[in-house]
Amino acid sequence: MELVYTAKQNQFRAEVREWMNANVPATPLQSFDCKEGFEQHIAWEKTLAAGNWGMVTWPEAYGGRNCSLVEWLIFEEEYYRADAPLRVNQNGIFLLGPTLMEYATDAQKARFLTKMAAGEEMWAQAWSEPGAGSDMAAIRCKAEPEGDEFVINGQKIWSTRAVFADYAFGLFRTDPQSQRHHGLSFILVPLNAPGVTVRPIAQLDGMAGFAEIFFDDVRVNRDHLIGAEGEGWKIAMATAGFERGLMLRSPARFQNTSKRLVELYRRHRSDLLDASLEDAVVRCYMDVESYALATYQTASRLDRGGSIGAESSCNKIFWSELDIRMHQTAMSILGARAEVEPHSEAQQQQLGRWLDGFLFSQSGPIYAGSNEIQRNIIAERMLGMPRR
Amino acid sequence: MDFTFNQDQQMFTETLAALLAAELPADRIRQRWQSDSGIDAALAAQLVELGLPAMLVPEALGGLGLDATDFIQLAECCGRFALPEPAVEGALVAAPLLVDIIHGNPSAAPRLTALLEELMAGEAAVAVGHHLNPYVNFAGQADWFLLGHGNAVHLLPASEVAITAVKSVDPSRRLGELAWRPSAATLVADAELGAACWRATLNRGALGNAAQLLGLADAMVKQAVAYSADRQQFGKPIGVNQAVKHLLADCAVQIEFARAPVYRAAYTVAQAATRADWAVSHAKVVAGEAAQLAARNSIQVFGAMGYTWECDLQIWAKRGWVLDREWGDAGFHKNRVHEWLVQPNALIGPEYTFGRGDQPHAR
Repeated sequence: MELVYTAKQNQFRAEVREWMNANVPATPLQSFDCKEGFEQHIAWEKTLAAGNWGMVTWPEAYGGRNCSLVEWLIFEEEYYRADAPLRVNQNGIFLLGPTLMEYATDAQKARFLTKMAAGEEMWAQAWSEPGAGSDMAAIRCKAEPEGDEFVINGQKIWSTRAVFADYAFGLFRTDPQSQRHHGLSFILVPLNAPGVTVRPIAQLDGMAGFAEIFFDDVRVNRDHLIGAEGEGWKIAMATAGFERGLMLRSPARFQNTSKRLVELYRRHRSDLLDASLEDAVVRCYMDVESYALATYQTASRLDRGGSIGAESSCNKIFWSELDIRMHQTAMSILGARAEVEPHSEAQQQQLGRWLDGFLFSQSGPIYAGSNEIQRNIIAERMLGMPRR
Repeated sequence: MDFTFNQDQQMFTETLAALLAAELPADRIRQRWQSDSGIDAALAAQLVELGLPAMLVPEALGGLGLDATDFIQLAECCGRFALPEPAVEGALVAAPLLVDIIHGNPSAAPRLTALLEELMAGEAAVAVGHHLNPYVNFAGQADWFLLGHGNAVHLLPASEVAITAVKSVDPSRRLGELAWRPSAATLVADAELGAACWRATLNRGALGNAAQLLGLADAMVKQAVAYSADRQQFGKPIGVNQAVKHLLADCAVQIEFARAPVYRAAYTVAQAATRADWAVSHAKVVAGEAAQLAARNSIQVFGAMGYTWECDLQIWAKRGWVLDREWGDAGFHKNRVHEWLVQPNALIGPEYTFGRGDQPHAR
């Protein structure tokens, strides 16, 4: 055990910091759930790609830097330290990317990963259907093989970023006779293909962060199939693992929030009437640090050839519930002022982005597999409790 | 940056686990409850043979020259098996305190070095009385006491300490309330040296409890999981119910995220002891919470059985309750973190997970 950075790691941090200081936009971008904001975020992705910072853990051939996971954590720390924009292409780079790395052909990797890292193609996810939420094996959306193509018919819902994205990835039933998790395939679909209709759905903040996708005889070439036909379930489970675990929610994001929470608390502590808020702030701070330390522990193990298992379900529960607690605590510190959307520079200073973050935090325990499903996974696969 | 344990550390832990698995089934713990001393001399001797009390003593003083990082998983293992013998305190608290005084006070060194050798050989038991702990565990079995008077440290033989036995809720513990008189003859560390010694001792005591709490929590969840698969109601094991599953999943999450802070605290105590306060407090709070939740939810899963004397779960649950309050309760430790957090110059934020990054945990 050696909990200090090597000279090389410190140098890497300095390099990231210098680049971020020079390149992170001085004024915050608009939300990527509106057209202008989406474009601004694509421009930022292209800036990142130009500096070769698109996805540092990827091989150089696909625009990465071949970084270790510990270096990735350092990158993320500097990214959030600089308050850089959120990653509009997170579905692509953090979820689909690792999946392609493991299951795609070389041609598919060259085709899709390179454009992803370059910020040229934006990705949405297409898992859920009206009748298949937590019960994802109930998927009905069909992709029937026909020569060199699949013909897709059906509907997806809660597709994050689908409103403005170029592509969606998801599970489709390629064997019409199949049941449950058999006969499903992992397919990439261009959202500008004839027969695709995207209907935006406004989220709790009023913005169209997700959408319904309707497929009406949509034809997709076979080279958009990832892995073997009928192997989709296995591949999707791996993707879900990335989402719950290490990649999607690096600790730095929450450390940034807890830092802001501590600063807010310092400013207001002399006039707080609720004594429990002191305890809440201390616990939030400690829990975020626990999450960071546990992530370093996992990254360290993986960098040395270890593997990740059902414990990634613990991550998802921990960060999503912690994110809610942090924002609830901040809202309580702000008191009756908390409900107001900042409408002046002075107010922005005082209220920060707690309201936005509070609304978004409500989705954490739901997406990427609800926390109730995660608790079942922990109980059955990690603890070995009886299924039935 | 390497957050893994090396092979030697893993092997040492496996050796101890194998010994305790063989020598410490629950009925042997219950046998101790009937005995006067509460200690199994044969097992205590085996722990000495394994080198436990000598682990953190420098080689120059006849020890193994290892550190808290090497020891932390052993302490966790002692918790996992609910070891009643005060092996963790002997190795992580008493021996290092003797070492600190030997290094800090040359005039007392010869006497203390001799005592340290007896301690490492299992020939003398040394108990430590810190002002945060109202009672001393296994006081009746101690040959020597290191006690605080103000910031000074005094060394007294058992013959000069009056002990009133106090009954703990945990029958494996043998608490004593002490009455004694400090004198020039008993003084081994004056207030200046003593203050540093007590501060380090508190951190080592709290760290030892945090690690044991982790092990206790883990063991309780395992027992509850096994029971949930055995116990049938409505024609099925009770563990198939989500209401039961989620009780234990919650425990697993807490334990999962308490582990890394405990290991980091051990590393900080080993490498940067004077900066270890907040790391230790963080570890003690989260490990304590994990053990409290594990005790509460495991008893619930055992149902009425969990509320009986017969059910072995009580051995772990009660230890969890008491170790959480010893060496500073949650309030004490949260307060230390809070005091640090409100300092305007405290280094917090994503880039400071490990302090400044160029030296261990500089903040």
